[in-house]
Amino acid sequence: MTLASRIPSRLRLGLCSLLLLTAPAFAAPIPVTATFSILGDLVKQVGGEQVEIHSLVGPDGDAHVYQPSPQDVRTLSQSKLLVSNGLHFEGWLDRLAQASGFKGAQVVASQGIQARAMADDDEEEHDGHGHDADEHHHHDGMDPHAWNDPENVIVYVNNIAQGLSRLDPEHADQYQANADAYVRQIQTLDGEYRPRFAALSAQQRRAITSHDAFGYLAQAYDLSLLAPQGINTEAEASAADVAKLIRQIRQEKIKALFVENISDPRLLEQIARETGVQPGGRLFSDALSAADGQAPDTLSLLRHNLDTLLKAMEQQ
Amino acid sequence: MLLDWLINPFSEFQFMQRALAGCLALCLSAPPIGVFLMLRRMSLTGDAMSHAILPGAAVGYLVAGLSVEAMTLGGLVAGGLVVVLSGLVSRHTQSGEDSSLAAFYLISMALGVLLISTHGSSVDLLHVLFGSTLALNDAALWLLGGIATITLLGLAWIYRPLVLECLDPDFLASVSRAGSWVHLGFLLLAVLNLIAGFHALGTLMSVGLMILPGAAMRYWTRRLGLLLLGSALLALVACISGLLFSYHLGWPTSPTIILSLGVGYALSLLLGGQGGLLPRLIRRRHLEA
Repeated sequence: MTLASRIPSRLRLGLCSLLLLTAPAFAAPIPVTATFSILGDLVKQVGGEQVEIHSLVGPDGDAHVYQPSPQDVRTLSQSKLLVSNGLHFEGWLDRLAQASGFKGAQVVASQGIQARAMADDDEEEHDGHGHDADEHHHHDGMDPHAWNDPENVIVYVNNIAQGLSRLDPEHADQYQANADAYVRQIQTLDGEYRPRFAALSAQQRRAITSHDAFGYLAQAYDLSLLAPQGINTEAEASAADVAKLIRQIRQEKIKALFVENISDPRLLEQIARETGVQPGGRLFSDALSAADGQAPDTLSLLRHNLDTLLKAMEQQ
Repeated sequence: MLLDWLINPFSEFQFMQRALAGCLALCLSAPPIGVFLMLRRMSLTGDAMSHAILPGAAVGYLVAGLSVEAMTLGGLVAGGLVVVLSGLVSRHTQSGEDSSLAAFYLISMALGVLLISTHGSSVDLLHVLFGSTLALNDAALWLLGGIATITLLGLAWIYRPLVLECLDPDFLASVSRAGSWVHLGFLLLAVLNLIAGFHALGTLMSVGLMILPGAAMRYWTRRLGLLLLGSALLALVACISGLLFSYHLGWPTSPTIILSLGVGYALSLLLGGQGGLLPRLIRRRHLEA
C-alpha cells in the first residue's frame, strides 16, 4: 500500500491496465476444494500450477466420520470449484456446502461410473441364519469406493479435467493434456498388473480386508475380497459376522489377510490370531498416506494396493 | 440342541472365549462399584466420569499410538485428576459434589476434544479409543483381570468405612477421619472400572454394565451382601446372553449386552419383591379387600 501510494496516479492507472492485460498469464491459482486426499491429488495432477488444492479430509483420515473445522469451511467458501466423489460417499457435504455459502462450480468425480451395489450376494450364499447385513448399509446399498479401480480413476480424471476447463477455458488444452498424460500412466500400471492377476488360480484369488472398500478393484481384477466390518467404518461388527468370516477362512484356507490405513486393526488381528493367518500388509483404501508414507499420491496408492494384494495372493 | 446353541459359539471360536473371559472379569468388579454408586445416589456420576476419562485416553493415543497401556494410563490420570479436584473443591468450598464434578469433567472433555482436533487426523477416535468385545488381545485381557483383582481387593480393604460413609457419613466423620480418603479411593476404583469397561465393551455404553445390575437388584433385596453378589451374577448372565444373541442373530455385541441388562432391569422393575410395580399393585389390592 505504501509503495502504491508513492507512485504517481497516472502511472498507477497505467500499471493497472498493464496488469489487466497480462492478467491471464500471472493469474492467481484457482482455489479448488476436494473432499478427500485422493481426489485432491487427482485435481493436482490435472490442474498442475493453475490450481490451489485443499482437501477437506487429509491423509490417513476417514471421510465416513469427518468433522469440519472452521478453516475447512472458510476455504470451501472461498473456493471456485468443489470436487466430490459422489455415490453418497460424503453424506455431510451438502450441509457443509450450504453452511459455508459456497457458490462455485461442482464436479462429481464419479459421474458416469456404473455404480456397484454392495456385496450382498456372496454374504447370503454363506448365511444359514437368514440375518441380513443391512445395518451396515449407510450408503443406500451403493458402493462409493470407485477410485480403487484404475479404470474408474480414468473417469475421475476426465471429469475433473472437464470441470476445470469449464471454469477456466483458457487452459482447457493444458488440463486435457495433463489428464491424458496421467491416464497413460494409469493404463501402464493397469497393463502391468492385469496379466499377473489373470495368472492366479481361483484358489489364490481370495483375501480378507478390514472394511469393504475394494469391491470395484475386486470386480476389475476378478478377485474375491471379504470384509468383517461391512461397507462402513461406522458400523460395529457383530459376533455373527466375525464367526462367519473365521469359518470361511478356515474352510477355504484363505491366507491373504490385510489391514487398512483408516480402520481399527485390532479386530483383524484377533481374526489373524484365531485362524493362524499372518496379515499380509497394509492396504490404503479411503485416504492417501502422509507424504513420507507408502502411498503419498493416487498412482502410488493404486500400485501399492495392487502389489500388496498380488504378493500375498501369489503365496497362497 | 439348546446346549449346542449355548456352548458351540464358545467352543468353536477363540474370540468368543476371550470376550467371555473379559466380560467375566468386568462383571466381578464393575457391578459392585455400581451398587455403591447407587447407594450414594451417584449413579449418574459414572457417566460423567466416563467422559472425563475420554480425553486422557485420547492423549495417550496421540502420544503413543494404539497402545493399551498408554491409553489406560492417560485415562487413569485424567479421571483421577477430575475426581480428586472435584472432591477437594466440594469438600472445601460451598459447591456440591455434583456441580464440581460436572464442571471438571466438562473442562477435561473440552480439553481432550481440542487436543484431538488440533493434533490428530480425522480417524474415528471412538474406534481408536475403545476396544471391541470381539477383539480382546492378551494385553487387554491382562488389564481386565488386573483391574478386577485390584477392585475386589480394594473394596475388601475399604468395605467397612465405605459402607458407613454410604449410610451415615456424619457418624463416620465423628469416629474417624478416613471418610474423605475412603471416598477418594472408591472413586478411583470407579475410574479404573470405567477404563476396563471401555476396553471390554468398546463404547460409552460400558457405564451400563456398572450401573444397571445394581439398579435392577435393588428391586429384589435390601441386604448389601446380596445386592453385591446378585448384581455381579445378573451382569454375568446378561453378558453371556448378549454375546450369544449377538452371535446367533448378528446384532452388534456391546449394545446387545447392555440391552440384555436393560431387559433384566425392566423385569426387576415389574416383578421385584422390593418395590416392584406388580407386587406393589397386588399388595394394595390385598389391603383394600
